[in-house]
Amino acid sequence: MHFNGLMDEITIHLTDREGELHDIEIPLDIDLNLMEVCKASDLDVDGTCGGMALCASCHMYVESDHELPEPSEDEEIMLDQVLFVEDNSRLGCQIKVTEDIHGLKVRLAHLGSE
Amino acid sequence: MSQNSVDTDLLIVGAGPVGLFTVFEAGLLKMRCHLIDALPIPGGQCAEIYPKKPIYDIPGYPSILAGDLIDNLMKQIEPFKPTFTLGERAQALQKLDDGSFMVTSSRGTIIKAKAIAIAAGLGCFEPRKPALENLEKYEDKGVDYIIRDPEVYRNKKVVIAGGGDSALDWTIFLADVAEEVTLVHRRSSFRGAIDSAEKVAVLAGQGRVNLLTDTEAKELNGNGVLKEVILNHKTEGQIKLPADNFIPLFGLSPKLGPIADWELNISKNAIEVDTTDYSTNIPGIYAIGDINTYPGKLKLILCGFHEGTLAVQSAFKYMYPDKKLSFKYTTVQGVNAF
Repeated sequence: MHFNGLMDEITIHLTDREGELHDIEIPLDIDLNLMEVCKASDLDVDGTCGGMALCASCHMYVESDHELPEPSEDEEIMLDQVLFVEDNSRLGCQIKVTEDIHGLKVRLAHLGSE
Repeated sequence: MSQNSVDTDLLIVGAGPVGLFTVFEAGLLKMRCHLIDALPIPGGQCAEIYPKKPIYDIPGYPSILAGDLIDNLMKQIEPFKPTFTLGERAQALQKLDDGSFMVTSSRGTIIKAKAIAIAAGLGCFEPRKPALENLEKYEDKGVDYIIRDPEVYRNKKVVIAGGGDSALDWTIFLADVAEEVTLVHRRSSFRGAIDSAEKVAVLAGQGRVNLLTDTEAKELNGNGVLKEVILNHKTEGQIKLPADNFIPLFGLSPKLGPIADWELNISKNAIEVDTTDYSTNIPGIYAIGDINTYPGKLKLILCGFHEGTLAVQSAFKYMYPDKKLSFKYTTVQGVNAF
């Protein structure tokens, strides 16, 4: 995982909507966000809006105490419109994969009644 | 705008950018198009979700707002006089003996077409439904997800749930119509349009709306029709509110919808196509834009434009197997309006 003292890969721990835990290794050199990571890992995340904080199909809860950059105005507005929002709600598409989120624990939110 | 029966050459399911541009390419081949879309306006996601967002990868436009792109496309296809069925979902598909199709909409409109191009993006945008017990039991019996006619709520007790612009705007509007309006929001503040949030706060101060923040709807009760909404406040616990109507406004989310039952080959919510002409497994039906999938697929508007262009060439041959098709540049031929 470490190369010349720098990380080239991190791991996050994601719980899907069925409660199953996935330890996902993510390379740092391709500029991903957590919505894209979910899609690449074949998890049930549509990423409908393509990462513009406009659909909330990647709504997730941050369950570890990592300090993440504050949500943008766009993300806050979107989170105000979705179901099952908690204080630790975030949109995966707005969380960039960096060294700082190594070990992050997240859980996918339910999307609705269907 | 809805008609009971329509006869067209090419039915385009979905009036987003790709569906709209396909009208242009079909028009050059003298095919008439009818478009059907579940949304009440043309433009799909560009109009409904991000009209004010810039798009940077439309060839020839260093930057264009999604809403402006739709306006331009509407102008570009005007010469070919497309017709629209809006606010209705394409529901049932029937293949007729002569190789043409009959599609029935969610509101009973019948559209006959020689071929179909499905440009349905991620599917129909449908209201997000909160996970409440009994919710479906009271649909159309007090529970509404879309406000079609505000007069329905005159002198009624209405509970609106949500924190977005539509929840705020309808709260303001219905304050003058309904007997009682309660706005329920899961969070403590509204971060949407500041003007609207301030107006709601003023109305709440005047006692003209009940504003319940940090509160969620938990349960619906009634007797054939809705009578009561049970709410839960973060610190104060249960609140029972008499209600004639409960209107959850939590935005829209896309669903593949009835197309899933059209016997098309579907993989992960997308329709499999042959990239020669973007045809599906059903001859005469094409799938273009975000709704289709093939090796190397990219969900880009510009790719959808290309897909629609090739699909109508093939659709022409499907409709008129004996006619010759000669490809002409618009620069040479111009655009010959209908």
